[in-house]
Amino acid sequence: MDFSLSEEQEMLKKMARDFLADKCPKTLVREMQKDEVGYPPELWQEMAGLGWMGLVLPERYGGSGMAFLDLSVLLEEMGRACLPGPFFPTVVLGALPITDIGTEELKESYLPQIAGGEAIFTLALIEYDAGLDASSISVRALADRDDYIISGTKLFVPDAHIADYLLCVARTGESIKAEDNITVFLVDAKSPGISHTVLKTIAGDKLCEVVFDQVRVPEENILGELNQGWSEVQRIMERAAVAKCCEMIGNMQQVLEMTVDYAKERMQFTRPIGSFQAIQHHCANMATDVDASRFSTYQAAWMLSEGFPCTKEVAIARAITTDASRRMLALAHQIHGAIGLTEDHDLPIYSKRAKAAELAFGDTHFYRELVAQQVGL
Amino acid sequence: MDFKFDEEQEKFRQEVVTFLEEEKKQGAFQPISDSWVHGYSHEFSKKIAQKGWIGLTWPKEYGGQGRSWMDRLILTEELLRYGAPTGWHWSADRQMGPSIIKYGTEDQKRDFLPRIIRGEVSMAIGMSEPEAGSDMASLQTRAIEDGDDFVLNGQKVWTSGSQHANYIYLVARTDPSFSPHDPKNYKGISEFIVPTDVAGITISPLLDMAGGGHFTEVFFDNARIPKTCLVGEKNRGFYQIMEQLDYERAGIERLMSNYVVFEWIIDYAKNTYRNGVPLYKEPIIRDKIARLVMEFETGRLLCYRVAWVLDQGQVPNYEAAIAKLYGTEFEKRLASEAMEILGFYGQLMPDSKYVPLSGSVILSYLFSPGYSIQGGTSEILRNVIAQRGLGLPR
Repeated sequence: MDFSLSEEQEMLKKMARDFLADKCPKTLVREMQKDEVGYPPELWQEMAGLGWMGLVLPERYGGSGMAFLDLSVLLEEMGRACLPGPFFPTVVLGALPITDIGTEELKESYLPQIAGGEAIFTLALIEYDAGLDASSISVRALADRDDYIISGTKLFVPDAHIADYLLCVARTGESIKAEDNITVFLVDAKSPGISHTVLKTIAGDKLCEVVFDQVRVPEENILGELNQGWSEVQRIMERAAVAKCCEMIGNMQQVLEMTVDYAKERMQFTRPIGSFQAIQHHCANMATDVDASRFSTYQAAWMLSEGFPCTKEVAIARAITTDASRRMLALAHQIHGAIGLTEDHDLPIYSKRAKAAELAFGDTHFYRELVAQQVGL
Repeated sequence: MDFKFDEEQEKFRQEVVTFLEEEKKQGAFQPISDSWVHGYSHEFSKKIAQKGWIGLTWPKEYGGQGRSWMDRLILTEELLRYGAPTGWHWSADRQMGPSIIKYGTEDQKRDFLPRIIRGEVSMAIGMSEPEAGSDMASLQTRAIEDGDDFVLNGQKVWTSGSQHANYIYLVARTDPSFSPHDPKNYKGISEFIVPTDVAGITISPLLDMAGGGHFTEVFFDNARIPKTCLVGEKNRGFYQIMEQLDYERAGIERLMSNYVVFEWIIDYAKNTYRNGVPLYKEPIIRDKIARLVMEFETGRLLCYRVAWVLDQGQVPNYEAAIAKLYGTEFEKRLASEAMEILGFYGQLMPDSKYVPLSGSVILSYLFSPGYSIQGGTSEILRNVIAQRGLGLPR
């Protein structure tokens, strides 16, 4: 057992923190919330220059071949800085599935582009009913000679408005079991028949509706096995759930530090409010929640990194972290008082992003049910 | 980061499990909740001692095994999982030994450590008093020097297991010029190892609300002990205690005290029908158990972190406070949820007809308010986390 980061991870963490403190101030975060594009391309290129997009991609495709645990450290810092833009969908939802199950041709075509910051990817998974079960997938892909024709609507697709490619999860046949006959396609976002609408979201994240109107995709763009895609979707979801937790840990750590600092300097009744036990106990509860979330998340990240089966640990990390995040943000607002409710303050940026993160990839009830199944109930 | 045990550690765990399985099979013990408090068996403690499992982390020169804190955690985790009786040696192994190693004289080390390691002596903790609970520095029991002796007067309470113990690890005021209500009352306090058979000591049991008899009151009426009983520096005892409390809070018994209830109640949910359906199919039952599982697994990580900090040669401080706060809140919730899952049957006492799970759930439930009181209340722990962990002003 080792609860510390490696020397390399500490360096990555420090480098990321310094870089983001410099290049991603809250003025930029606010600006990007309102911006139609939602990310600064220059910053994207600088991140590519630092090797971030290729961090966990194999070296032969232009990556650095580092582990998911290393990416977790980076994601935590991105969460701490509230970094806007398509890093998460490109790397976590796009590049890693391609690395896992893409054909050699797909990997050679797309992974170097991702590592070089030249291609933005995203995942079109969720539909109208907003469920995470296989039965929620109704978008269809019909075989037509060497192509498939995709029709239907996807929702909550991150950054589809700027994406170059989408992974689209579609139904490729009728079946009794909902999990069967689901296939993942790699779709060029500029294909005829694709349109999108950017939804207005709580934290200004660019989540989109994507309509596929008879979109033609060549057969060789199937990712993984035809009709066997659901198991890969589950793998994508597991990884995304943990990756999102890592961002949330960064968010929570920053909120804890901001709140403790404020409690030390805010004077009422001629004393810093942080000297009152009522406030101290709120802060202690926040610190406990951060540690509990941190270790359950990093345990899951480590298991994913090592390739161990970890459905239970992922579900625990997600359920623990989402509950903790909700509790601690409420306390952070309580301690900050009215100033924390103003648009000029940083806290609302964090509490809005925390809520968005909590609602992404399944909420705490979904994961608690998974835990119940994992202990044989 | 690395969340696995190495091969040696897995082998050690297996060795402990094999031993406990065998002992259980032979009827050496019945699994009980809170076995490190209620499970008193000198005989069983001697068996543990023969395996070399008391004083596992202590230096070899005093008979210890010089092994890691992670090993000790593995050992205690399995002892608690099996609900094996360990009350006889638990306190001495957990905190008295480490205190003697750190502050004791060479004579004290040679005298006490091998006897603890052999499972020969049991020690109780004499800290709390009727007027000194969380505010331990306001304690009133006095130890006044008189020739070659100290003379003890006063009263301790909640002194768990002292009726079985050979010694009480006593905290008393040696400099009466600091009154209990002096703001500097933490000065002038010292620590002693006091034999329980000294004249002038009276021990009387207190029944707790679960009907258990581990609590006691201990009265000192001109009890005379030799100066060799003093541990560490006179009048500096409070500083010593602060660190000992970190050890007292650091263990996984703060998460697994009623672990046997956890396994039983999951099993119960799987095998019990109510209203025509198995309990485990009820969404609310599933949710309750899932919450318990995820909190337990996370609590384990917080305990492992503490062992890891210890193995880095550091004293766990706010880390131990977080583990105990989180763990004991889990234990309380476990007891409460288990009662709800049992429904009508939850109220049956251990000797009643129809009592489920030998009454372990109700006993744990009745004992459970104590989890977040003993060894530092949740409120004191939050103070520790806030002030020492986060640097908030006093």
